[in-house]
Order: sequence, then C-alpha cells, then structure tokens
Amino acid sequence: MSRTLDDVLAWLRAYADKIAEEKQYLTKLDSAIGDADHGVNMNRGFQAAMEALDDKAPASIDKALNTVAMTLISKTGGASGPLYGTFFMRAGSAVKGQETIDVSDWASMMDAGLQGVIQRGKAEVGDKTMVDALTPAVEALQQAAEDGDDWGDALAAAAEAAHDGMEATIPLIAKKGRASYLGERSKGHQDPGATSSYYLMETAAAALGG
Amino acid sequence: MKKLINDPDAVVRESVEGFGMAHPDLVTVHHDPTYIVRADGAQEGKVGVISGGGSGHEPMHGGFVGRGMLDAACPGEVFTSPTPDQMLAATEAVDGGAGVLHIVKNYTGDVMNFEMAAEMAENDDVEVQSVVIDDDVAVQDSLYTAGRRGVGGTVLAEKICGAAADAGHSLDEVADLCRQVNDNVRSMGMALTSCVTPSSGEPTFDLDEDEMEIGIGIHGEPGRERKSIRPVDEVVEMLMEPVLDDLGTKEGDRILLFVNSMGGTPLIELYIAYRKAHEIAEQHGLTVARNLVGPYITSLEMAGMSVTVLRLTDQMIDLWDAPVHTPALRWGV
Repeated sequence: MSRTLDDVLAWLRAYADKIAEEKQYLTKLDSAIGDADHGVNMNRGFQAAMEALDDKAPASIDKALNTVAMTLISKTGGASGPLYGTFFMRAGSAVKGQETIDVSDWASMMDAGLQGVIQRGKAEVGDKTMVDALTPAVEALQQAAEDGDDWGDALAAAAEAAHDGMEATIPLIAKKGRASYLGERSKGHQDPGATSSYYLMETAAAALGG
Repeated sequence: MKKLINDPDAVVRESVEGFGMAHPDLVTVHHDPTYIVRADGAQEGKVGVISGGGSGHEPMHGGFVGRGMLDAACPGEVFTSPTPDQMLAATEAVDGGAGVLHIVKNYTGDVMNFEMAAEMAENDDVEVQSVVIDDDVAVQDSLYTAGRRGVGGTVLAEKICGAAADAGHSLDEVADLCRQVNDNVRSMGMALTSCVTPSSGEPTFDLDEDEMEIGIGIHGEPGRERKSIRPVDEVVEMLMEPVLDDLGTKEGDRILLFVNSMGGTPLIELYIAYRKAHEIAEQHGLTVARNLVGPYITSLEMAGMSVTVLRLTDQMIDLWDAPVHTPALRWGV
C-alpha cells in the first residue's frame, strides 16, 4: 500500500500537535543543558508551518514539505530552524513529483533529511544531537524496505530505533550546540533535539503506520 | 517571576517598536522580517556592517545601530538566533555597493542562520564576508565543543569595524580588522542570579543565595564552576587572571578594559569591579588606554558582570575614538 499527500499532511499535523503538547517538556530538557527555548521555538515554527499549509493547499508531497521547510527557516530561529528546515526540504526533494510513496520512498526521504541535518550541523552519531535519534531510525527503515516490510512494521521499527537513540543520548557528552559548553556536565541529560526528532518517527508510526 | 510585559510572545515585537519610537532620528524599525536599520539608510560606497542575535542582550545589537557602528541589526526572539530572511533583508537594506560584513557571535544557531543568509545574499549579488566572534575564555576551545562563545568582544568589534567602514575602508580591510580584534580580545563573565526568560517565567538555572557561577554565558549557560560568593575584588581576580593569561599580554601592552553588567548589577557595584580590574591590569604592567563600563551586553535581569580585555593597536585606538552616534554609544558628535 502506498501513502498519499493526505497521509503526509496528517503526519505533519500530528507532529505539530505533538510539539504543542510537549512544548514545556522540550523546553525543560533544554533548560538542563541548553538555553530553555527548544519547545517554544519548535512550537512557534510548526504552528506557522501549519498556518502556511492551511493558507495554500499544497499540490504535492514535495511542495507540502517545502512549505514546511521554508516556514521553519523563517519562523523558528535558533539552530532548530535551519536544521529542521533542511530536514524537511531534503525529505521533500527525495520524492519530487511523486503522487504516492511506498516504504522504500519513505526510507529515502528520511535518509535525505538526515544527510541534510548532518551537512548543515556538522554533527556525527554520538555528539548528543538530533542525529543520534534519526540515524538508527533511518537504518531501521532501510532494513525494513529491504525486507519488504509493510508500513506498520517499518514505522514501528523506526520509532523504536529512534526512541533507543534518544535515550542513548542521556549518558553522552554533548559535542555540538550550546550543550557542548557544559562538557562533562551535559552527561545525564536527554538531548532535546534528539527528543523532538524521535517525535517525528513516533507520529509517523501513528499517522502513516495504520 | 514578575516582569513588566504584556504577553510573553509579544515581548520582542513590542520592545523593538518602542525602541524605534524612542530613537526615530537614529534608527528605523522594519517588521516582517524584523530588522533595525540606521535612519539614513544605505551609504553609497560604504561597507555595510550588520550583526544580529537573540534578544535579551540589550542594548546589543539594536542599540549600536547608527553612524560609526552598525548599519543594521537583526533581533531574534529572546535568546534565539534571528532567521536568514531577517539577515538577508538587513543586508540588502545596507548594501551601498561596497559589500556587507556580518559580525556573528559564535553560537550554533547564529552561525547556521547567518551562513544561510550569506548564501542567499550572494545569490542576489551582494558581496558578504562573515566574521565569527569567539572571545569567551570560560569555554575551552576544542574539537569537542561548538567552540568559544561570542560575548563582550562583539561590542568592541562592532564599534571598531563600524568606524573603519565609516572611514571608507574596503570590505576586505574591515573584515581583516574584525578578525584582528577577535584575535586580540578575551572575555569572561559570572552570575549572582539567573536570568528569567519571558516565555518560561522561571529561572534558567538555580543558584543558592550564597553561590555564584564563574564563567557564565549570556544565555544562562553554566560556566566553569560554581563557588560560594566572595567579595567583588576576589571575583574580579577570578575573571581577570584567566582572561589576561589566555590573551598572553606582555608588560607595556595597551588595552581597552571593558567591565560589563549582565543586566541586574547596578553601576555602583560595577565601578567597584572596574576599580579592581584596572588595578590588576596595571599590576600586570598594562596600560589601560581606553575603557568601557556599563550594561552593554546583558542577559535579561541576570545579576553579574563580565570583563573583556582587548589588546590595542594605534589603528584600533583611532577607530575607537572616531565619532559614533547610536542609541547606546555616543561620542565625538
């Protein structure tokens, strides 16, 4: 079974709702090792992105993701704006012109998004960033696509891998972003960017997995 | 926490609006995207100098817009980098044909957003050079961090580069000078209390009544260590010694000594700190050729201070003394 523009829009909405719900929690994680604005910034960016999608119904999956990307870049600020903006822009470009997507397309989209984040943020696995949640999720998706798994299994595996990756950031020393200024003191705290990245996979499993 | 605000989400917009109304002779405020530009606009043939960063550090950067300093500033949300569309609009608004210098404080978000803006400006055929300021010695520069933070040295770089642009130097020359300032400036700060962001309404970190944080960042990022509170002379020593050590000053060097309030520390206390900082500089055989004392790069209501030391050249002294007319710094006019 393939997924359409409507399914992708449902995912984006579910993600925006999740960010709104977890705004305070993300900000609390960020106040431990950053500057206490991740939830607020992400929520401002995604609310604006949802408004932009409401104002002008996108014609295709890649256009929807591009609208989200451009809105995030201009409304979010901080590091999250360019990073999430780049993620959605690259994810959209990976399926340019396609009306429907299958599991392997989804794996390509998430991989393209991840590569964009790595390029923009110059982070690697283990630096205590978004990359720590996204990388195992993309690997799980690529494996699922290779095995011919259905959407439900593939997205559940990606969500689980992202969750593990997010939790694995707790003992790490941050090497990128404001948390890196803490050095050893960044240990013992879950990375807020890895957390919001896990939500991408969690909401995808709920919105696209069924 | 009590604050004189209407709505946490409207803080930056309303403050910038008021700023524009207070200084119409010096600046014009644009919205959507937000930037503050000198009232007389782009200067034909002059290098444009812009900066920007999260709000909450007032008067930096908007207060430094005007003749002889910044041509434009882009205020982000509180403690959040501004966005590339703001920087692009500001860059285009100040381009007088000689190119534009972006002075960027070294924070991941600021660097990334300015990078995207510079790419966009170049697509629009505006020549841009970016210099990243990273003067905070509290952070060890290594491959394992985002590098040193940009703090007090930024104010000095903006004044000196603004004066150089005003004097007709080329973009390459102004950018080189900015890097030279950055290479010769070091800072370190400390906090007695936390700042409280309008959106969270809670202190960003907890500090007991008898504690202080040495090496604090301007967004409440923790510093090198937490200690019990000491008399100000000892606190100034804890800041000055690492700064001078890292800068590697030699006897006979002339310096600019900048003692800055984080926002909550009153001038009466700041001058006690300056007294000691000046004394320490002289004990090291340095000549305090110029100084700056006051709240110029703040962290909302945080009580605390920072010291910045810039090793001066003759050219820097001349440019520091050159006329400046902005809401926050004014002399020679």
